Amino acid sequence: MRILAGFIAGGLFGIGLMLSGMTDPAKVLGFLDIAGDWDPTLAFVMGGAVAVMAPAWIVAKRRTAPVLGGSYPAWPKQRIDARLLGGAALFGLGWGLVGLCPGPALASFAWGGTALWLFLAAMLAGMGIERMIRPHEAAA
Amino acid sequence: MEIDWLYGLAGGLLIGLAAAVYLHGLGFIAGISGILGGVLNGTTHLTGIAFLAGLIGVPAAIALAFGAPAMTLTASPVLLVAGGLAVGIGTRMGAGCTSGHGVCGLSRLSPRSVVATGTFMVAAALTVFVMRHVIGVA
Repeated sequence: MRILAGFIAGGLFGIGLMLSGMTDPAKVLGFLDIAGDWDPTLAFVMGGAVAVMAPAWIVAKRRTAPVLGGSYPAWPKQRIDARLLGGAALFGLGWGLVGLCPGPALASFAWGGTALWLFLAAMLAGMGIERMIRPHEAAA
Repeated sequence: MEIDWLYGLAGGLLIGLAAAVYLHGLGFIAGISGILGGVLNGTTHLTGIAFLAGLIGVPAAIALAFGAPAMTLTASPVLLVAGGLAVGIGTRMGAGCTSGHGVCGLSRLSPRSVVATGTFMVAAALTVFVMRHVIGVA
């Protein structure tokens, strides 16, 4: 049941990315290009997702455990440090260079072709590199 | 073209629903880079692998049945590799991407996620500005 729920959540996420047009890097770059012919679509995608998740978090506060067992995620330690800022800035740089972030890059795996696969391979390599250079105390 | 925002909103609601199913069904945060990083580390359970299978497999099946959606990926191979490396290292270092910080964290009003989302949005917009309007690539 838990595995099926995981698959359904991933599938819904993928359909949402596809329907919203966010699997097209041109639309993402159109949003990020505020000095060009600005495309506001991404704001509606994030707005819609947050509109569902905000009440979902409120409900999570009142419940003791998820429906299929396990426990709700703990509130993360709120440490705003160079690691968070540097990582987010580096991610933004890569996102702006290509127009792909991890979700859409995976969702378009089937039709993205060699250009997408090259990006994905580099992204996975980057995750591996980060793991090797990560300081031990920052393990998460 | 004029109704793109409507598709965006509908897709966004579905993404929110997916994240809510993952949270209320299993107790996990639907952050793609976190799930992927966990699979690479061997710390994500089968549910994370099932999530990724759905994320790749369901769009693949829809594309097979109805045709693939538009995708314009114009970056050169050098940019694809540089961008991929930056996204891979950056999302793991910053502990989240557009889904983990941008959707799940913002909606929880997590200060870390608000700061991270603001940072990667500004960095990405600056990058696009420099690439398109200063250097004139893509």
